[in-house]
Order: sequence, then structure tokens, then C-alpha cells
Amino acid sequence: MTDTLRQEPSLAGHDDGAVVSPQAESGLWSDAWKQLRRRPLFIVSGIVIVVLLVMALFPSLFTGADPTFQVLDRSGEAPSAGSWFGRDLFGRDVYARAIYGAGPSLAVGLLASLGTVLVGSLAGLTMGYFRGLTDSVMSRIAEIFAGIPFVLGGIVILTSLNKPGEIVGSTRLVVQVVLTIVLLSWPLAMRIMRAAALASSQQDYVKAARALGAGPLRIMFRHMLPNCLAPVLVYGTIQLGVFIGAEATLSYLGIGLKDPVVSWGVMISEVQARIIQMPHALFFPAAFLVVTVLAFVMMGDALRDALDPRGR
Amino acid sequence: MGRYTLRRLLQLVPVFLGTTLIIYYLVWGLSDDPFAGKCGQRECPASYVATMTERLNLDDPVLLQWLKYLGGLLTGDFGRTFSGNEVSELIANAAPISFRLALVAVVIEIVIGITAGLVSGLRGRGYVDSLILVSTLFLISLPVFVTGLVVKQVFGVELGWIRTSVPPDPTILDLFVPGLVLGSLSMAFVARLTRTSLMENARADFVRTAVAKGLSRRRVVLAHMLRTSLIPVVTFIGTDLGALMGGAVVTEGVFNIRGLGGLVFTGIQRQEQTQVVGVVALLVIIYLVVNLIVDLLYAVLDPRIRYD
Repeated sequence: MTDTLRQEPSLAGHDDGAVVSPQAESGLWSDAWKQLRRRPLFIVSGIVIVVLLVMALFPSLFTGADPTFQVLDRSGEAPSAGSWFGRDLFGRDVYARAIYGAGPSLAVGLLASLGTVLVGSLAGLTMGYFRGLTDSVMSRIAEIFAGIPFVLGGIVILTSLNKPGEIVGSTRLVVQVVLTIVLLSWPLAMRIMRAAALASSQQDYVKAARALGAGPLRIMFRHMLPNCLAPVLVYGTIQLGVFIGAEATLSYLGIGLKDPVVSWGVMISEVQARIIQMPHALFFPAAFLVVTVLAFVMMGDALRDALDPRGR
Repeated sequence: MGRYTLRRLLQLVPVFLGTTLIIYYLVWGLSDDPFAGKCGQRECPASYVATMTERLNLDDPVLLQWLKYLGGLLTGDFGRTFSGNEVSELIANAAPISFRLALVAVVIEIVIGITAGLVSGLRGRGYVDSLILVSTLFLISLPVFVTGLVVKQVFGVELGWIRTSVPPDPTILDLFVPGLVLGSLSMAFVARLTRTSLMENARADFVRTAVAKGLSRRRVVLAHMLRTSLIPVVTFIGTDLGALMGGAVVTEGVFNIRGLGGLVFTGIQRQEQTQVVGVVALLVIIYLVVNLIVDLLYAVLDPRIRYD
């Protein structure tokens, strides 16, 4: 059992076509991949995510316009043949901004989700393996962070990091927003990983590995991790979408990303006082945001159905 | 049960201390000059600086300041803001509004969420089930501020059905639409949780026994299946209630409601540190206590769970 799983430690290796001998002994991942290929939910969300990734990496493929170029004469213009989504308060092209907004939005979501899964998994795995005192102490620490409401915690942390009115570079802003999200969300990922690790630490293969003289690190990463990865991956995929929404919420409140960074949250934040005059400048970034979040949540849903044998 | 409750109460103490310490450090420890910009364009008069430094223990190290603040909290003293308002009074004005809003949101979550979950969980695969699954997915993907802004724009400005801004002392009815917006996300989660949990329990032994005993379908579903299926739902609603009280910053901002979230937000904008720390400390306590109550409710809902 450990052998097949050791061959197939990551989902990434399977996205490009289930190369690892699926017929020999079909494992969890190859089974899941076979099932996923037929799910319309997975195919649709996969296509949307691929398009979004291309949009984030090569925005100039989609638009020739400059997202920061202002034409004040055309402030708040309605959608037309020249500018498909209309123009915002400063006469900037909303379509170009929505396209360029994909980059920072996805980057924050991806980094925050990676960070949360990484920190949460490491903590959860350690707690599930060592149990006892380590588990109790780390549980209390996690409860401290879980006890801070997300938006409130975000407001307090982000406003304390930067002085009011201070101008901060865009990389630093992205890093700050990502770290804030990770700090406030890792306990959830930890709980999921801990539950899985607690169950797997009682299994025969862990006892066998220990009897053979494997050290804690080897047992944790080579034996337990591959068996505990599935639920955390599902969580990470869904959270990727949720974190994109969280970034938008923080930016909307004026404490996340800021101009000149273009993200969907920043765009919505800028237009909120003038929705009545220019509803299009709200509608299009909001639509991009919702479709993106939806794609990741759907992907996570499909993954969960495929990876959770109980649901079949 | 009594011993379990006591142990859980004791566990709350370190969590409360840790959370308040973090917030206190972030708010007080990281600001160099708390008097910057407090007295308009001029520097603050020396006497004012001296009084406030004395009152807030600003000369002490942050850790000691925090301990003294906690001492004040224990006697019900939330401190005073720089402009001289009692923080406890500000909270007393705002908390009922936030509480009412959270209550409306939770009631909507329970009524609509559980009904939708029940319908789709019992019917099984079909048109209604797919419709509920897709619509809940959509709701989960909508950030609250987008829902709020769109609802306000469409129903408030264009159709004129609702007021775009809630009056200063709102009734439950005034808070219905904001509550719906605030609860929409959790409503979707509640519906999905109820659905999965019902489907899992439908094949359980105790359900088969109940059917075999000759109970009516209605009684099997309501008294046996739903009761056990509600455990994860209750957990979720409990955690959510705590989050709703403070997480309503966005909804309160969109609909111009003067609740606790708004108090934190204005506190930060005006650099009223006592106000921020006080409200956040209160929200953390509420959150922890609600979670404790939820854990104790398990035993009521599921006869299989006993605490020593």
C-alpha cells in the first residue's frame, strides 16, 4: 500500500494524464483522476482557471489598452464598441483594467492558499504525529488565531503595519496582505490535517515504519503526508477562491491592495461612491471576481467528490 | 457535564489572554506616537499629554500596559477614548444593533438554509437538488460586499423597494435586507451541510430501526434523522454567530448601520486605540463563549455523546 502511494505523492503529476501505471493497482489519485475527467463541473472550472491563468500571465494577449492610461474627458463613459466595458471615473478602460486585475488577484489567492496549506499542514502533521503535550500546546496557540474574527483581524493587522497616509510599494502590499490572510486562516488547514494525521498515525504502516527504525521526519513526510494530503488539497483549492474574495474585501475596505496596483477589489473600491453614475464600472470587475471564485470553489467541490471515497 | 464545562471554561482563559495580547500589541505597541494628529494641526498641550499618559499607562512597557488594561476589563472598565467618550458607553449603544443584525442573519440562515438542505437532501438527485447545489455554489462565490452593493443598487436605488441606509435605531424589520445579505454566504453553507449530513444519515442503522418500528416518514425524518444531522450544522452556526457579530463590518458599512464593526473601523481611522482594543476584546469573548455553548449543545442533540 505504501509503495503505490509513494509512487504517487502529488496530484500535480497526474494532471497531465495519469502516467503512473493506473491498471497495476488503482490508487486513490488515479481513481480520482479517472472520475474527474468525466465530470462536467471539473472540465468547466478547469477551462475557466486555465483562461484566468493565461490572462494573469499574459494580459497583453487580451487587450492592447493600457490599464492606467487616463482620459479624463471620457470619465464614466458607458460601454461602447471602442471600450467594451466602458470607462471608470478617471476615464481608464474598464476592460483593460479587469484583464490586468487578474494578475494581482490570482497571485494573492494562490500565495495565501499555498501559505495556509503549508503552515497548517506542517503544524497539523506535527501535532498528529507527536500528540500529547505538543498537540495541546499547539491547539491552544491555534485557538488564539482562530478566535480573531477574519475581517476585524485583517483591519487591525494591516492598519498597524502601515502608518496612515504612508505610500507603500506594491510588492510589499501584496506580501502584507498574503501574510495577514495566512496568519488568520492557518488554524483551519491545521485542523483538517491534524484530524487526518491523528487517524493515520494509528495505522499499521506507520507502526511498521517505526519498527523498521524510520525517524519522525521520514515517517511524517514519506508515510503519513501522502495519505493525509487529499482533504487539505481540497480545502486549499476552495480557499484559493475564497482568499481572492478576501483580498477583494480588504481592498474594498481600503486596507488591502491600493492604486496603482490593479485588482478587482481595488476597482470595486474605487467606484463604490459612484455606482449610481457608472454601474458598469462595478458590474464588470464584480463579475470577473465572482466567476473566478466560483471556478475554484467548483474545482474544489469536484476534487472532494473524487477524492472522498465515502461520497461515491 | 459539570466537570467538562469547568475544564472548557479554564481552557478559554489562555486563548482570551493570547488574543487580547496580540491585538493590544498590534494597536498600541506598533504606534510610535499615540498623540500624533490628536489635537488638530497643533501639538497637544503638555497637560493633556500628561493626563492621558497617566490614564493609559503609556510610560509602562506594553506588557505591563496590557496587564493593567486587563485589570480594568475585569472590573468592567473598558477605558476612555482620547476624545473622552467612555468605551463601554459606545459599546452599549452599538452592541444591541449588531446583535439584532446577527440574530436576523442567523434566523435567515436557519430557516432558509435548513429548509433548502432538507428538501434537497430528502429528494435526492433531481432538478430541485441540482438547482439548490448550483445556487448555493453561486452564493458561496459572492463576496458579501458585492452582494451588498448590488442589492443596494438594484432594490434601493433603481427599484426603490428598500431604504439604502438604515435608520440610527433600526428595528428587526429595517435589518431584514442587511441580515439577508450578511447571512447569504452562511445560508449556503448551512444548506449544503444539512444536505450531506442528511444523506449520510439516511443509510444509518438507527434510521432503519426507526422505519422498521413502523414510525411515520415524517417522524423518522424530523425526530430521528434531522436531529442527528444537525450536529455539524449547529457547530457551523455557532462559530458563525461569533464571526457575524464582528464580521459585519462590510455589511454595516454598505447599509450605514452603526454597530460594533463600524466602531472598530472608525476607531482605527481616528486612531482611538482604546476603542479598537475594547470592542475586539468583547467580540473575542462572545466568540469563545458561543463556541463553548455549541460544544455543550452536542450532548443535547446526539444521545450518543456524553461528557463524563
